[in-house]
Amino acid sequence: MAPPARSLSSAPVLVAKDVTRIYRTGSVEVQALRGVSVELHEGEMVVLLGASGSGKSTLLNILGALDRPSSGTVQFREHDLTHASERALTQFRREHVGFVFQFYNLMPALTARENVALVTEISRAPMRPEEALERVGLGHRLDHFPAELSGGEQQRVAIARAIAKRPELLLCDEPTGALDSTTGVQVLEALHQVNRELGTATAIITHNVGIRRIADRVIHISDGLVAREEVNEAPILPAEVTW
Amino acid sequence: MVSVLDRKLIRDLRRLWAQVLAIAAVLACGVMVLVLGEGLQSSLAQSRDTYYERQRFADVFATLTRAPRTLLPELAEIEGVASLTARVEAAALIGLPEMDEPVSARVLSLPASGEPALNLPLLVTGRLPSALHPDEVALYAPFAEAHELMPGAQIEAVIRGTRRSLLVTGHVLSPEFVYTIGPGQMMPDDRRYGVIWMGEEALAGAADMQGAFNALMVGLTRGANAQAVIDALDDRLARFGGAGAHDRDGQISHAFLASEIDQLGTMALVLPPIFLAVSAFLVNMVLSRLIALERQQIGLLKAVGYTTAAITAHYLKLSLGIGLIGTLIGWGAGARLSLGMTRMYAEFFRLPVLIYNPSSWPFALSAALAALTVLAGAWRAVGASVRLSPAIAMLPPAPPSFRRGLVDGLGTALRLRQTTMMILRGITRWPGRAAITLFGVSASVSVLIASFFLSDAMALMTDEVFYQANRQNVTLTLSQAQTDRALLDAVHLPGVLVAEGSFSLPVRLVVGPREELTSITAFSEGATLSRLIDDEGRAVALPDAGLVLPEGLADKLGLRTGDRLRVEALAPPRETWELPLAATIRQTIGQEAYMARPALFALMRQVPQVNRIDLLVDAPALPALYAEAKRRPEIAGLTAWDAVREQFEATIGENVLISVIVYTTLGVLITVGVVYNAARIRLSERAHELASLRVLGFHRSEVGMVLIGETAALTLAAIPLGWIAGYGFAALMTQAFTTDLVALPLVIERATYATASLIALAAALVSTLAVRRRLDRIDIVQALKARD
Ligand SMILES: Nc1ncnc2c1ncn2[C@@H]1O[C@H](COP(=O)(O)OP(=O)(O)OP(=O)(O)O)[C@@H](O)[C@H]1O
Ligand SMILES: [Mg+2]
Repeated sequence: MAPPARSLSSAPVLVAKDVTRIYRTGSVEVQALRGVSVELHEGEMVVLLGASGSGKSTLLNILGALDRPSSGTVQFREHDLTHASERALTQFRREHVGFVFQFYNLMPALTARENVALVTEISRAPMRPEEALERVGLGHRLDHFPAELSGGEQQRVAIARAIAKRPELLLCDEPTGALDSTTGVQVLEALHQVNRELGTATAIITHNVGIRRIADRVIHISDGLVAREEVNEAPILPAEVTW
Repeated sequence: MVSVLDRKLIRDLRRLWAQVLAIAAVLACGVMVLVLGEGLQSSLAQSRDTYYERQRFADVFATLTRAPRTLLPELAEIEGVASLTARVEAAALIGLPEMDEPVSARVLSLPASGEPALNLPLLVTGRLPSALHPDEVALYAPFAEAHELMPGAQIEAVIRGTRRSLLVTGHVLSPEFVYTIGPGQMMPDDRRYGVIWMGEEALAGAADMQGAFNALMVGLTRGANAQAVIDALDDRLARFGGAGAHDRDGQISHAFLASEIDQLGTMALVLPPIFLAVSAFLVNMVLSRLIALERQQIGLLKAVGYTTAAITAHYLKLSLGIGLIGTLIGWGAGARLSLGMTRMYAEFFRLPVLIYNPSSWPFALSAALAALTVLAGAWRAVGASVRLSPAIAMLPPAPPSFRRGLVDGLGTALRLRQTTMMILRGITRWPGRAAITLFGVSASVSVLIASFFLSDAMALMTDEVFYQANRQNVTLTLSQAQTDRALLDAVHLPGVLVAEGSFSLPVRLVVGPREELTSITAFSEGATLSRLIDDEGRAVALPDAGLVLPEGLADKLGLRTGDRLRVEALAPPRETWELPLAATIRQTIGQEAYMARPALFALMRQVPQVNRIDLLVDAPALPALYAEAKRRPEIAGLTAWDAVREQFEATIGENVLISVIVYTTLGVLITVGVVYNAARIRLSERAHELASLRVLGFHRSEVGMVLIGETAALTLAAIPLGWIAGYGFAALMTQAFTTDLVALPLVIERATYATASLIALAAALVSTLAVRRRLDRIDIVQALKARD
């Protein structure tokens, strides 16, 4: 299978322009984002790096329509998300976005298969839950409850759940943050494989600088701004990452 | 100096205010009912006793045909008799211009000089009749007020066939007539039944009783044996037509008042345990959750040196705080209501004395029970978590472990959605909490059923009494027994379509040591107006021989069909017979014996007679009939059944409405308390999960369903349990409400089950929706950050 084109010239899936986000708690204002513009392209893998508190999660939440910018615009293909209704944003997440968080956010009351089915039941053209779990190497753990899985396995269930709907966007906030190197690699491999085989635009937040070498593009965030972007001409495979 | 932990306690109470209040309200109900029930009962009992004492209410009562006053010294000699009053009593019909039908009344004599030794009338306005003016009378105050007969008014009365014009001098109350029911009436009706006090000489003249008496009241010495006095009186009065002496229990007014007061006591006993149990469960549920949330804080407190005892005390104090709030609310509401309701009752019964002097023990007891309740609820919740070693406590709790089981088979078989599976597993994972919700909701359904069923029972009673058993619209009571010729005369009264006679004979029924005073009503063969109704509501024909008794009376005497009993006639011929119990019937109001008229008169070796005539009258002719009845001396009393029914329905309707309002409030509070708390806890446990669902693209309404689904499932499951419990509860109520005069039937219509269920469902729904609004306010991003 030939790797799909993943050059900057392909169509942008998501475009954020001059996004700011101000948190107000009582009289204190925190400007988490001060005017960020980023694009995510089809089939591309992007890594977001930055110091703690620099605004990475805030940005990712806005890109995934979990939160709204204080100013600026976010556009998904031809749809404007900035002024969309609460209901439309939910629908957008339902159809187009997969999320993976540091803490897996699985439903403890549902088995691995059921956690994935939770999403496939409400999507338009999903893969079968079993297929999604096989893709992340968990075909043999279908009927385990989260409490019966290791952290890495739980994170891979979360990835299976995120990709089962064949999303156009996969947003991951420190997906390996709670994992050791071996399991971390397994999780990255799962993400990498999905990105390559399904052509899903993937954004990964990480504190692990080694991981940036698997990305097509690295965006450095600092103090609520994009400090710099670098294009990685020769991405390596997850297995080659030094932790 | 308030310790830091105590400051936390106050903040916790404030933060959890809605949940604290929901529990406190349920607890308060228990406390309130206890304080109210006991306060009302003791206030009424004290007021009544004081009234009785001041007006020297008699202890033993006897009626007879006629005895000379010279017998009195002999009666006063009976051991145990402290005082006695003899008087003349007569039935009268009063013609009042604003009433079509004649009004029945009882005329009582007042001594020629001085006041009666017993049953002293209490003057409300005007003065008592003077011995010098034979036409002066005092009227029973509620009757006089109902007809606006002020002192100075003139009334027409027929006493023993003689028409007299009487002058009203005053209004009086009497301990004999706290609850006043006329013959042939079901409920007090001050417009259609009155009591008249008249000078002795005048009444004796009118009733042909000079130098004689036909009613006797006896006051007992302290510690006297009432039964011995009754036996002695029966013995001495038998020759004078004594109809059997009885104590206060056989006095209608007293018996009603006593059963009313007893019922309040029953309420104070039966209801509080339900509320206390529910609150104990609620405290347990809420505190368990709080402690689970604060597990790491507990670990920390222990790590820095707080003892297990200190931390345990902290949480117990928190639950006592809830108990205190509930107790204070309950006390306040109970005290206020019991004063208000004591006043209401006193007014209803026209008690001239109102003693509101609640004892302090119900307050102390209810507070102690409330404290015990919350501590019992808290104890188990606090136990395990607080004893954990600090190192373990500080670790995040192990995730709840879910097991494959019944639910999975069900899920696969029914192809349930994953969100439905989350609901089902939530229920099976926390069976204790599910059980509390089940218990609470079913308790509330049962309380609702037990109150609503009263309307069903009343409807059945109304149907039985007014449409099945008594189809006549007028009943005439004759002043003397007559031959069947009287029926021929009755047919010729205006508008009469059918006239059927019966004969009523006062008797004492004796089975071994048990005896009951009642009367035998003997119907003619083929009577169509007055009928006997069996268990199934069908009319039963009177058997040719033997006695028919209402089930309640047969039970009391321990009789089964076929058993024999002794029947002592308390009016001529005053003989004693051995008769078999031929059948039992259902009779909710009144407890009389029945017999075929030919059989009775065969025993009496007489030509059959009648002293009561049932009439079916063409409605437009009723006024003419009433007018005629007022003119006929042989008619001593008249029952207009439509009026009796209206009065019955109005009185019952009002009482049922009040109890429905009270019980609905109580029932709804239980459901709200249980469901609201369970949903809040579920929300707190699952905030993270529910937020995740939102991240995955589930809409608010879909996520809301996961929250509401569990409540809905549990509420639906609880309802049938509530039906069963409600049936049992209703059975208890029928026992509590059954008196010598009324046997409350145990009938519950489908609509009652449905209404109770719908109210519980609605209360559950509203409580969950209140919690759902909190779900809508949850910030997805924040919820995902928090790892509680
Ligand atoms: N809900 C909030 N209210 C107030 N301030 C917030 C809130 N969420 C984030 N912030 C602030 O906004 C800034 C950016 O936060 P953000 O979570 O985006 O950082 P981050 O880059 O993801 O950091 P980390 O690597 O530690 O996760 C921080 O200064 C943070 O304190
Ligand atoms: Mg972050």
